Amino acid sequence: MSLATTESVAEIKARNKQLIDEVLKVYPEKTAKRRAKHLNVHEAGKSDCGVKSNLKSIPGVMTIRGCAYAGSKGVVWGPIKDMIHISHGPVGCGQYSWAARRNYYIGTTGIDTFVTMQFTSDFQEKDIVFGGDKKLAKIIDEIQELFPLNHGITIQSECPIGLIGDDIEAVSKVKSKEYDGKTIVPVRCEGFRGVSQSLGHHIANDAVRDWIFDKISPEAKPAFEATPYDVAIIGDYNIGGDAWSSRILLEEMGLRVIAQWSGDGSLAELEATPKAKLNVLHCYRSMNYISRHMEEKFGIPWCEYNFFGPSKIAESLRKIASFFDDKIKEGAERVIAKYQPLMDAVIAKYRPRLEGKTVMLFVGGLRPRHVIGAYEDLGMEVVGTGYEFGHNDDYQRTAQHYVKDGTLIYDDVTGYEFERFVEKIQPDLVGSGIKEKYVFQKMGVPFRQMHSWDYSGPYHGYDGFAIFARDMDMAINSPIWKKTKAPWKDAPRPSLMAAE
Amino acid sequence: MTQNAEHVLDHFELFRGPEYQQMLANKKALFENPHDPAEVERIREWAKTPEYREKNFAREALTVNPAKACQPLGAVFVAVGFEGTLPFVHGSQGCVAYYRSHLSRHFKEPSSCVSSSMTEDAAVFGGLNNMIDGLANTYNMYKPKMIAVSTTCMAEVIGDDLNAFIKTAKEKGSVPAEYDVPFAHTPAFVGSHVTGYDNALKGILEHFWDGKAGTAPKLERKENDKINFIGGFDGYTVGNIREIKRIFELMGIEYTILADNSDVFDTPTDGEFRMYDGGTTLEDAANAIHAKATISMQQYCTEKTLPFIQGHGHEVAAFNHPVGVSATDDFLMTLSRISGKPIAKTLEQERGRLVDAMADSSAHIHGKKFAIYGDPDLCYGLAAFLLELGAEPTHVLATNGNKAWAEKMEGLFASSPFGKNCHAYPGKDLWHMRSLLFTEPVDFLIGNTYGKYLERDTGTPLIRIGFPVFDRHHHHRYPVWGYQGGMNVLVKILDKIFDEIDKNTNVPAKTDYSFDIIR
Repeated sequence: MSLATTESVAEIKARNKQLIDEVLKVYPEKTAKRRAKHLNVHEAGKSDCGVKSNLKSIPGVMTIRGCAYAGSKGVVWGPIKDMIHISHGPVGCGQYSWAARRNYYIGTTGIDTFVTMQFTSDFQEKDIVFGGDKKLAKIIDEIQELFPLNHGITIQSECPIGLIGDDIEAVSKVKSKEYDGKTIVPVRCEGFRGVSQSLGHHIANDAVRDWIFDKISPEAKPAFEATPYDVAIIGDYNIGGDAWSSRILLEEMGLRVIAQWSGDGSLAELEATPKAKLNVLHCYRSMNYISRHMEEKFGIPWCEYNFFGPSKIAESLRKIASFFDDKIKEGAERVIAKYQPLMDAVIAKYRPRLEGKTVMLFVGGLRPRHVIGAYEDLGMEVVGTGYEFGHNDDYQRTAQHYVKDGTLIYDDVTGYEFERFVEKIQPDLVGSGIKEKYVFQKMGVPFRQMHSWDYSGPYHGYDGFAIFARDMDMAINSPIWKKTKAPWKDAPRPSLMAAE
Repeated sequence: MTQNAEHVLDHFELFRGPEYQQMLANKKALFENPHDPAEVERIREWAKTPEYREKNFAREALTVNPAKACQPLGAVFVAVGFEGTLPFVHGSQGCVAYYRSHLSRHFKEPSSCVSSSMTEDAAVFGGLNNMIDGLANTYNMYKPKMIAVSTTCMAEVIGDDLNAFIKTAKEKGSVPAEYDVPFAHTPAFVGSHVTGYDNALKGILEHFWDGKAGTAPKLERKENDKINFIGGFDGYTVGNIREIKRIFELMGIEYTILADNSDVFDTPTDGEFRMYDGGTTLEDAANAIHAKATISMQQYCTEKTLPFIQGHGHEVAAFNHPVGVSATDDFLMTLSRISGKPIAKTLEQERGRLVDAMADSSAHIHGKKFAIYGDPDLCYGLAAFLLELGAEPTHVLATNGNKAWAEKMEGLFASSPFGKNCHAYPGKDLWHMRSLLFTEPVDFLIGNTYGKYLERDTGTPLIRIGFPVFDRHHHHRYPVWGYQGGMNVLVKILDKIFDEIDKNTNVPAKTDYSFDIIR
């Protein structure tokens, strides 16, 4: 495999363009026209990837996207561990997303911590017909009775809530007053809103602004003494412990992390964040909104960073340090130097096994670009990438800092397109989600889930990079991929490459 | 620094090192506003008490950790059981992402399904255009032989009419007029995934038998010797349906498996991705009307389908996820009676082997108390098997079970001396089960993957039987039906019992006298 490396960039571009033309042929004309805008071959030097994004998915094409509820409950709010998040509506949404995202946390589940639980109003027909506000009020009472140590409640709206005209804001206000100003956050993240998870992130960010920040009393006694080195980690969901293997580096360089958003996060941390001196932002897509808000309202600067792979980690540590004094700058250098031998050893071990291998990605928020550096640190090449729910500013960042000339770009890829692309390009590895995993493995293509880290991780930070390298090696170099064809069969690869 | 390149530490070990432990302790103490540990401990203990149980069972509005999913999941499960069929769910697209993920996580297989991707404008104007475009795209891209339509709650709340929409879409040329697009309304706020299974299967049969939504003449039944078989929503569909086919073939009965998804959820890794594999052919689905009888393995998955079929002149019989000797006996005798074929010698031998195995091991199970939760039929089948093993299915809970189910369960308990102290809990959830396990402890818990939280909290060892099972691999490949399936369930239960015995007798110089080599 890895044929791409033997081809010139011009050849690759021509092949990718041809591939795009080919996949578009399957669609009815109207659909082909719409899909064409989401597919492109990257031209070096362009300010973005030349694709349209954040537009409605087309009916019937098998989009990989989810919904606003998934963006709010599943991503932003769900990991806040000491609050109870009610999946408000029918049972399914909460059921399918129950503990599926590996947001690690420490706590006594069911007593003072609730992340891996499924609280739902389990709407029945009568709730649709008569409205669910009374039920919601009762649910809050029952939560207070049975889970007295919860620090707050959020109401994660499912589709019917907005359609039947329930007033969850009013219920929240009444109940908050009844329970001495308890934090109760109504979130209007009905699944039909917007075009993907992305609007759910935004709505969830706005809910933090309106129902947490705006309710903090200016006279409230600070929970801790501020220091000049206080920062908040924004947009790390602690998948497999990512936020922890990130936090440790920030603390080692002399910073103090006062909040994690939202992996292993707590209400107190959300409330304390306006005291940070700097917000460091990992998943730009899902939490740029609140970062901008804090910049405008509280004057807190924010700084994007990338903790995948030693090159980007070092770059990011220095960038973060640049907001602080020499003590921190020296701290960053110290941290980089400390982990250099580990990184050297990891690369010495894995790079020879992975050098020149090609990767195609299709993931969510930040990963379609952020992980590229980590692959490159291992001598691998990302030959195709795309965002499930990215916006143009994601593609700008991708074009300007990450992808190479000729990379195939596919926004909101359809099942059909992704299969054809992989079938023809024959990458050594595909990184995407659970819905894609088995499709490509059946085709004999090694795969890693890049949402859940395929139940491994963490992948962030120096500690995480060692795991990332190990996992990519075990995926690509697993002996099983040599056995997909029975030895008694003449076995041309399924690839259409041979025909070219 | 504990990480090293030679032996890479991942989340299992990495965070146990002192640097991380210190970091996490500091985070908690300084920034999390934690409760006093004594208070946490007090509440933790209080949540185990009968007093808490009473409050817990007094809940009227809140559901915590339910053991059920919503209708469209069952509809998708049915649809992929027909040859070359792509499920099409009309409504919000996030739902489809969820069904696909859910099924893939259980079966470790691809799960293909499309959505009509309705958004705000569709909420206002209805989703007709989404249906028109969606069907056209699906048809052109994925070349299915059939598109089976169901609905999310969004489409149901705004009242989209599938029959009219599909008709219009055909008129607009989305798919050919004669192309099969069966449909079922599957509101998520009614019933559960088993209801969706029922509605979707009925929708497909109605389509083929009753004139394809007014576009074709109704089929006229000409009775033949075939028997239709319906498995119901079943996490063991791969192993079970294959076992059932073997049984039919051993007995020489002609059969049609309706919604046969045993192949599509078990495709080989050989270089080719099969979006469709196996399944009931559309021809067989239509011809199923001529069968002399239809058997449902799960009564509560076919509450509407079976009467519909009966209405077409079939003899029908429903079972409750039969597991074990007597339930399999009933199933086979029914098959034999309907088909007029004797029960195969091989099956008789298999029966003898299962009885043999149960006799060999009965001493370890007899008198043990079990809690079971899951879908109503599975609960019944497992409870019946435990009773014939001399075990006590003390708590049997089905979130999607109703009053009639509970009465049926009580009838089962009353039929055995071992059922004396057993109770059924319809409509309850796993937080109720938690209280039951604390206040009336049992020896073992049977349930799906989510039971591991109950196991952790209450110390009740979990035997994973049910759906979904995400954290153990490949069990869906083994049947739980037939005598051989009963054997699989028996062994699974015994393995856990023996593991627990060993675990409880392995402290040197303390408990090791019971750490026996021969059991």
